[in-house]
Amino acid sequence: MHSGQMGDELMTERDGMVETLIYTKPVSLTTGATHYCPGCTHGIAHRLIAEVIDDMGRRESTLGVAPVGCAVFAYDYFNMDFAEAAHGRAPAMATGLKRVSPDKLVFTYQGDGDLASIGAAEILHAAGRGENITVIFINNAIYGMTGGQMAPTTLPGQKTTSTPSGRDIEVHGFPLKMSEVLSQMDGAAYIVRRSLHDVAHIRKAKKAIRTAFEVQEQGIGFSMVELLSSCPTNWGISAEDALTWVEEHMVPAFPLGDYKVHESISARKKG
Amino acid sequence: MATGYIVVNEDLCKGCELCTTVCPKDLISMAQDRFTPKGYHPAELVDPDRECTGCGICAVICPDAAITVYRFVPAEKAAVS
Amino acid sequence: MPKELLKGNIAFAEAAIRAGCEAYFGYPITPQTEALEHMSKRMPELGRVFLQAESEVAAINMVYGAACAGVRVMTSSSSPGVSLMMEGLSYIAGSEVPVVLVNVMRGGPGLGNIAPSQGDYNQMVKGGGHGDYKPIVLAPATIQELIDLTVIAFDLAEKYRTIAVVLADGSIGQMMEPAELPPMRELRQVAERPHWALTGAVDREPNVVSSIYIDPVEEEVFNLKLVEKQKQIEAEEIRFREMWIDDAEIALVAFGTAGRIAQSAVKDARENGMKVGLLRPISLYPYPYAAVQQVADKVNRILVVEMNGGQMLDDVRLAVEGRVQVDFYGRMGGIVPLPDEVYEQIEKTYAQRANGR
Repeated sequence: MHSGQMGDELMTERDGMVETLIYTKPVSLTTGATHYCPGCTHGIAHRLIAEVIDDMGRRESTLGVAPVGCAVFAYDYFNMDFAEAAHGRAPAMATGLKRVSPDKLVFTYQGDGDLASIGAAEILHAAGRGENITVIFINNAIYGMTGGQMAPTTLPGQKTTSTPSGRDIEVHGFPLKMSEVLSQMDGAAYIVRRSLHDVAHIRKAKKAIRTAFEVQEQGIGFSMVELLSSCPTNWGISAEDALTWVEEHMVPAFPLGDYKVHESISARKKG
Repeated sequence: MATGYIVVNEDLCKGCELCTTVCPKDLISMAQDRFTPKGYHPAELVDPDRECTGCGICAVICPDAAITVYRFVPAEKAAVS
Repeated sequence: MPKELLKGNIAFAEAAIRAGCEAYFGYPITPQTEALEHMSKRMPELGRVFLQAESEVAAINMVYGAACAGVRVMTSSSSPGVSLMMEGLSYIAGSEVPVVLVNVMRGGPGLGNIAPSQGDYNQMVKGGGHGDYKPIVLAPATIQELIDLTVIAFDLAEKYRTIAVVLADGSIGQMMEPAELPPMRELRQVAERPHWALTGAVDREPNVVSSIYIDPVEEEVFNLKLVEKQKQIEAEEIRFREMWIDDAEIALVAFGTAGRIAQSAVKDARENGMKVGLLRPISLYPYPYAAVQQVADKVNRILVVEMNGGQMLDDVRLAVEGRVQVDFYGRMGGIVPLPDEVYEQIEKTYAQRANGR
């Protein structure tokens, strides 16, 4: 995996071997530090999106829409034009942006509260319309920014600050499975769920993000990549244990896979 | 001899330790003798036997893109890529 | 351009198109749905953007998105739908992107009815959404004014990077009158879009459109910037009409359809020898406080006529500052007062004018 340039200044020859740059922070990310907690997978998701946009050479023609949630300051971290949406409204804002700027890549970056709670109508209709945007959906089964309350994707029995005895399905019902739901829309072209819990899955997630943006570039329809993510701080465990929790608890509840792949997306892209 | 090495940007590293869990050769550890400007112990490459291959797996998991990865490749290969 | 017989809702939609509106996002709601339907036909004809959103919440956010790209964009709705837009309008005000909104008011509160009212004066003129901001609010009384003010709204929204509202009611939306549409304006090129717009960060630092200022000190700086903007708007964008004021002993103050009805009643009163005048505010924000105060200096009584429970009444009282008694006559429920009713009120008020001070 390579991102960044191999400039002459980085190549030094020694014993017939040349030192080459293999990886550095993508240009589509700003140079400063983020405010995300140590080990938070938001950082990984941001990085993957930026790598893809760099690889596609689209930094100067991509417009992003930031959510309300931990990623509310995403516009400080992505080195491209960005708009800040009201909570849940990013798909509607992205619709407005894309309809008047069809040549640009337009993407939203949304958490589980933003997308599956207050924004449920907006995401459903954007997918239903086959809106030619890309949605990156960060599902960490909790409300991070506001301090750890139940999310629509919180698992049964999971303890949060608003379900202190664990999510009771008698009271709060079951988690929403957005990839499954949106894949039912005829307008949806590419709906996949991936995970960020280990290196192998992170690599697959990046491929999916790349495919999603290519689907937009080719005007095939609505694309979404749901990324199972961690929240070490509000889950109350270490970053490493949080990734294990994703693998052991979230993956069984939110199965990974390709829920909708339009026939015009080549078979090579799948998986 | 080592075929690669990494540089950790200590302005970005938050000491999350995820890189230490994925290095196939267990060459990364958290420096105990210093703190980053934000007060974290930064990750660092500890590679006395020059085993790092520059595989880049640590950079794949780093949430802060703090790791820059270098590899020594044969001159002919470098010229081509 | 020759005059055509135009329905209000069609008139403002077509006027917007002539003014260079590049995108329309809306949702059906009586009594303004004809505007959405007109846009659904005309915008694709002209290669411009039209989309019926899934709700007014979605519509105003689509408007917000398009406005971030620096295009001329509008929506239209009616009272309950406008309530749904209040969140979006606050965000739009907080990020200073230009937007035009037409509110064709109906009976309320709640679901109310589909008949005309002026019940949203407070909501529109005082801001409506959360936070310190005030949109420019223009109130037409005729179809021609509706057309002219819609065009002006786009210019004002861009000039001040603010929301410009055309505040009509169901009777203006539904009635038909001969009026003249302006010629078609040429659309702007992408390269001519404002410097702050999201057009892709080519050869420049990225643009961010946002309403968040997490540091209170920075937020106050921004709030004060909006206050300065309001002052500029108040200095330069006041609009009103005065009729028969010079020798008037009492004056009516009324806007929109109520103003038009008041005009008929005042005309009749004059023909019957009563010295009555009328001030009809056209800009509700910025409100013509000075003009109303000057009228208050001249007359013995003021009578405010509205199709609500007394909303602009407060602004008139503010302007008058106790100089004279301010009476009120209003109809609610979606009922449009007849000139006869208003004439009766004028008679009553006129008879008592000697007790005005």
